[in-house]
Formats: sequence, structure tokens, C-alpha cells
Amino acid sequence: MRRVVITGLGGVSALGIGVPALWEGLAAGRSGVRRMTVCDTALLTNPIAAEVPSFDPAAYLMPDQVLLFDRYAAFAMAAAGEAWAEAGLDLTDEERERAGVLIGTGMGGVTGQDEAYRLLYEKKATRFHPFTIPRIMYNAAASHISMKFRLEGPTLCISTACASASHAIGEAAELIRSGRADVMIAGGADAPIAPGVVKAWESMRVLAPCGDDPAAACRPFSADRRGLVLGEGAGVVILEERERAVRRGAVIHGELAGYGATADAAHITAPGVDAPARAIRQALAQAGVEPAQVDYINAHGTATRLNDTTETQIIKRVFGDHARKLAISSTKSMHGHMMGASGAIELLATLMAIERGIVPPTANYRQPDPECDLDYVPNQAREMKVDVAISNSFAFGGLNAVLAIRRA
Amino acid sequence: MSELDPLEKKVIELIAQKKRIPPEGITLDSTFLDLGIDSLDGMDLLFTFEESFKLTIPDDVAQQMKSVRQVTAALHTALAANPQATTN
Repeated sequence: MRRVVITGLGGVSALGIGVPALWEGLAAGRSGVRRMTVCDTALLTNPIAAEVPSFDPAAYLMPDQVLLFDRYAAFAMAAAGEAWAEAGLDLTDEERERAGVLIGTGMGGVTGQDEAYRLLYEKKATRFHPFTIPRIMYNAAASHISMKFRLEGPTLCISTACASASHAIGEAAELIRSGRADVMIAGGADAPIAPGVVKAWESMRVLAPCGDDPAAACRPFSADRRGLVLGEGAGVVILEERERAVRRGAVIHGELAGYGATADAAHITAPGVDAPARAIRQALAQAGVEPAQVDYINAHGTATRLNDTTETQIIKRVFGDHARKLAISSTKSMHGHMMGASGAIELLATLMAIERGIVPPTANYRQPDPECDLDYVPNQAREMKVDVAISNSFAFGGLNAVLAIRRA
Repeated sequence: MSELDPLEKKVIELIAQKKRIPPEGITLDSTFLDLGIDSLDGMDLLFTFEESFKLTIPDDVAQQMKSVRQVTAALHTALAANPQATTN
């Protein structure tokens, strides 16, 4: 049986650019939510987000590429560059054919699309920039990464809303397990902070109100939670067949030991319990671990009323009495809901717990909720040995992805 | 049962249209659960009410709405606060 390990990490989020900044922010329990600066907020009633601070695409792209990349794809490129450099791979031509890219995104180049439509409807533009289509297409990030690192194996985009990155990483691992690839660059990227997108989220009435203290707006599992906060960024990992990584003496951050993927097949937005529970069990079964061996769960934890109570039920369903002994946290309280990038950034948070022995907290936790009565690691990171952890992603559309990670 | 006011009649009519159910089966005491209105339907209905009456229901009020009576009460409050709005 071929096994899959993680040999490179890259991340761009509201907590900063690069994995060291992400881990430092998570360990400090620092929220990256603030008033929006990257989009025109004149028409918005709720102008807060977990924005990536001071991101300059030109630092990660060739000068002639800047116009060709939408914000989400530039995030993906920055994260992929970091992960690739860390992995230190030097592939032969033959190996390049067995190396691919799988990047998830919920909304693709929606920032550029929103701006193009504004020019058309508001300014009555008679033409768009000719790069508009290659900028906004959902596979732009995956394609640019394959070009940059000359990877010629299976290269795909997965779009499953909030679970896109977890599905992308899980499916990429499956490509390695099945023998179709030996190396995969996998992750997710999204940049949904555009007026049209934020307005659509406002209209769903699931956004936390901005209030006087934006940093405290997202309060997962807390009784006073008021909804989610949009975020943006990218997370990317290098997945590698284990024997290969061991042979070349790679630094191994952890084993991607299991992956579960299920569908609720029930409702387009309301979460279910049975199918997510089954996804967790699938991931644990593939990893060959018992529920009682799991030390930490990085929760989906969106901070909507319904998600957090439902996720608590799901965890109790799978883990029984062990649910009360587990550490559970939602790092969305700090990096926001990064849509199709969430699962990847949350995998990086999970790896921090395994590698550094620091479980990131659920920030902004204020009041116990009788319906959310587990240990959510409130407000303070916890030093704790973590050997096995899972990361949950439960998307609108009822599509669930769970990654199980084991200390290598 | 007391007579329905025009706003209440309109709300019941809109719910009946949206849910494709006879208005006679809807009373002020009907809950969303009784009428088969889930969270997504609820948001769609609120949007319909806001558009019909030209007003805005705040999110925190919206989240508490679980019955027709709660809807009509919230709409009455919003109408009182906004003379531009309309029941026509």
C-alpha cells in the first residue's frame, strides 16, 4: 500500500504571508479580521473580512504576469512557491510526468469578474481587458502552478464550495495512493472579497455583524456567535509518496493517512449529521486509527448557529465518550472563512498541532453554549502532544471532506 | 379569531404563493415548521417580504422568526419605523 506524506507547506492568510506568520498568529490566538480595504464598501452593510495584509502580487509573479492573475491565483502562486521551495524537489523529466497539481477554489477569479461586470454595467465599457477569461477561470491557479514548476501529470481543479481545498488535497493523495502520481502540489485558494460576492453573502444573513470590534466578530461555538466572517488566501502542501520522500531525506511534516468524502444528498445549505459522520469514519478507517486515538479536531466551525451545533452532534456521534477528551478548535475565528482555501489553511493549522505540539485555540470564545458542550480550546493555544488529528470541511451543497493526519 | 389586517392578509398570501399551499391552511399561529419552511425558504420569504413592503428586516430579528405571527409583528414594527414602506 502506497502511503502519502507532506513535505512542503505554504500559506497566505489574514495572519500573514508564509507559514511561519500563520503559525505565529494561530499560536498567539490573534484574529486577522478587520474592516475591509481591498474592496469598495460603499454598497455594503457589513464591511469586515479577514483580508490578507499588504499582499503585492508582483513579489510572486513575473512582471509580465501580473495582469494575467486574479487575486486568488496570485495567492495560490505565492503559497505554492513557498511549499515547493521548502520541499526542495528536483524532478527529472520522467518524474515530472508523474507529478501534478490539484487546487480547489470555491469562486475562482470572482474578484476580476466582479470588476469586469462593474465596468460593463456601470461604466458601459465597450471592451474588457483581453485577459479577463484566463484570469477568472477556475483552473487558472492549477494551470499556472503546473507551468511554473513544469509538472506534467494529472492537473485539476475541484470546486466544492467551502470544502474545495480538503477535497483537492484528499483527491490528490488518492492519485498518489493509486499509483497515478508520485508528487502532487495540492491545496486551495479563494479571494471572495468583492462587492457583488459580499452582498450575496449579506443577503444570506449568515455574516457576523461588524460591531465596534471586528477582530471579535467571529466567535465559533460560543453561545453569542452571530455568524461567519469572510476571509481570503491560499494554502498549499506538497504531497509525496512516502518511500520516495524517505529515500531523498525530505523533511516530513506528517502523513496524510486518511481521507473521507461523502454527500448529505439532502439540502443545498443546511448541514446534515449522518454523512459528515460517515466521512470522519472513512478517513479514520483509511488511516487505520480508532476514534479514541484522535487527539485533536480542527473543526469546520464557521460560527453560524446551525453549523456549530450540528458539528458538535457529528463529533459526539463518531467519538462517543472520547468526544469530551478531544481538543477541538475552529481557527476560522482568526483567519476567517477562506471559502475554497479554508481546508488547506486548516490542514496547516492541524500540522502545527502535530509538529509543534501547539493546539491552536478557538479565539473570541466568550460564553458556553449548552448545545456546544465540548472542549473547544477557548482563546489560549494549548501545549499538547498530538499524534493523530483530523480536519473537517463541510460545504454548502452537503459535500463533506475529512482529512486524517498522523505524526510521521 | 380576530379579523386579519391588510398586512397579515398579504403575508399569508405571499407565503401561500411561495410555498404553493392554500392560504386557508395558514394562520398567524402557523410556525415555519408547520408550513414546511426550512432555513433557506425562510430567507427567501424574508427577501420577498422586504421587496414587497419596501423595508428591511435586521438580521437579528430575522433569525428569531419562526412563526407567521413573528413575521407580521416584525413587519409592523419595521413599517412603523419607515413611513416610506408600503402595504400595497
